[in-house]
Amino acid sequence: MGSTITQKILAHHAGMEEVKPGQLINARVDLVLANDITAPLAIQALRRMGAKKVFNREKVVLVPDHFTPAKDIQSAEQVAQMRQFAEEQGLIHWFEGGDAGIEHVLLPEKGMVLPGELVVGADSHTCTYGALGAFSTGVGSTDAAAAMALGEIWLKVPETIKFIYKGDFRPWVGGKDLILYTIGKIGVDGALYKTMEFAGPALRNLSMDGRFTMANMAIEAGAKNGIFHVDEVTIAYLRDRTDRDYQIFSSDADAPYLDVIELDVGDVEPQVSLPHLPSNAVPVSQAKGIRIDQVVIGSCTNGRLEDLEIAFRLVKGRRINPKVRTLIIPGTQEIMLEALRRGWIEAFVKAGAVVCPPTCGPCLGGHMGVLASGEKAIATTNRNFVGRMGHARSEVYLAGPAVAAATAVAGEIIHPDDIEDY
Amino acid sequence: MLLKGRAWRYGANVDTDAIIPARYLNTSDPHELARHVMEDLDPRFSQEVRPGDIVVAEENFGSGSSREHAPIALKAAGVSAVIASSFARIFYRNSVNIGLPILECSRAVEDIQMGDLLQVSLEEGTITNTRSGKTFKAVPYPDFMREIIEKGGLEGYVKSRIASGVDEKPSKADR
Repeated sequence: MGSTITQKILAHHAGMEEVKPGQLINARVDLVLANDITAPLAIQALRRMGAKKVFNREKVVLVPDHFTPAKDIQSAEQVAQMRQFAEEQGLIHWFEGGDAGIEHVLLPEKGMVLPGELVVGADSHTCTYGALGAFSTGVGSTDAAAAMALGEIWLKVPETIKFIYKGDFRPWVGGKDLILYTIGKIGVDGALYKTMEFAGPALRNLSMDGRFTMANMAIEAGAKNGIFHVDEVTIAYLRDRTDRDYQIFSSDADAPYLDVIELDVGDVEPQVSLPHLPSNAVPVSQAKGIRIDQVVIGSCTNGRLEDLEIAFRLVKGRRINPKVRTLIIPGTQEIMLEALRRGWIEAFVKAGAVVCPPTCGPCLGGHMGVLASGEKAIATTNRNFVGRMGHARSEVYLAGPAVAAATAVAGEIIHPDDIEDY
Repeated sequence: MLLKGRAWRYGANVDTDAIIPARYLNTSDPHELARHVMEDLDPRFSQEVRPGDIVVAEENFGSGSSREHAPIALKAAGVSAVIASSFARIFYRNSVNIGLPILECSRAVEDIQMGDLLQVSLEEGTITNTRSGKTFKAVPYPDFMREIIEKGGLEGYVKSRIASGVDEKPSKADR
């Protein structure tokens, strides 16, 4: 019996020939990450553990991005604790101010995660890096602290569900639509404790940005990690971002899969996940006409250049509905700058959108776009739980950038094809 | 240890935003977090929860964010254990790491109603519902996790490894 890509990466980091699903291992980590919500607890835990130094000051990454630019005094204090720790430990990777960005957009952009690597982060969306053929998973602060101290983490080798995507994409359908559709099929605990391996010929036509979106939301099906194989798209993405060596792993033909699920992407319309679960995915035609108060285009799920490009194509030369507050949040400073160079930022502002600095902000109801009671938002973010973006009686509809941007113009949820009417 | 408390019974997919909304995560103070625990799901909870009470829920308890503040808030509010049909992965690890007892037992969950008086033996892994008179056996912790629990959580485990000296190597960048 062969091994999956996930088993091979885990075996490599555990210093073993092979590992089996269900096996408990101690694995070497290549990077440990924490943000302004999770790092303060990790730093406290690290001190209680008696660790004076992190295992490697080049491999511990701190990114304040959730409540930044600091929204209040307490948030500023949390960032100050991180800064002090970064200075004390001499951390190489500390991102603040003009270096800032949303962690899971920033790290791949900087070439900090490469194929075959093992990354743990005190943020559930750490699974994003699986798009690069790496193993990455979210943990809590104490687990992150242990990894910072020891350079290792204990893991249970997960079973794998393989998703094979075939067929041709319909217009306006991207990674977000595929992942919402997939979670809609299997449910929010459909891959609990397991690996989602994304495969199939249709994914060759999916950009890196679309792959990051899919891997990012593996956690919304309860998965430990989501992973793609490395192909020419991955290699092209990495070419200008790193000069470090990396190892490419791939699943054997006789690898053990708990389940293999085939999906025809030709069946997938642009999707909308209704409140209050990401698995409440329906074709946009079934959500048509719902009045919206706020649109958010951004986040670690869809705050990348391709997402902004799609939004630009839909809003340029049009006027955003005056009753809709539209927030566009480039994921990093580099994305902001590139969008500026290409004239997209000007187009967004002229259309009536507000362009915000890189932050997780509204996705978790933190700041910069919190909802009042009874308000509805459509967002390219990843969660639509009760109270996620603000008041417990507000509602979040999840979608990709095309549906979100078209909805901003219309004032109600529409199919992007129907933008011609506005 | 025998835990005794009233059951607070909830449904499936109680996510970490429901356990502690992100708007309160500008602090990691356990008592401050406890004041808002379960606020958006059940506003009565933080007001009326008593020390020893037990949260009981259906599948996928603790889904969503990796925030360790969720089990910390429950523990600081006096919750002595959580019983669920299944737990989300990160919440499960976090609870073990911070010492909040969690028990997986779907049959007990089916039997338990809001307000039932429960007795939980952590040594035996048993849950007794005093209303129905039924006793249930929870899924045991894997041996490795039991070892972590016995060492006082992950902090104790790491502390003993650091104290043994094997991990006090200088950072690579310093070499």
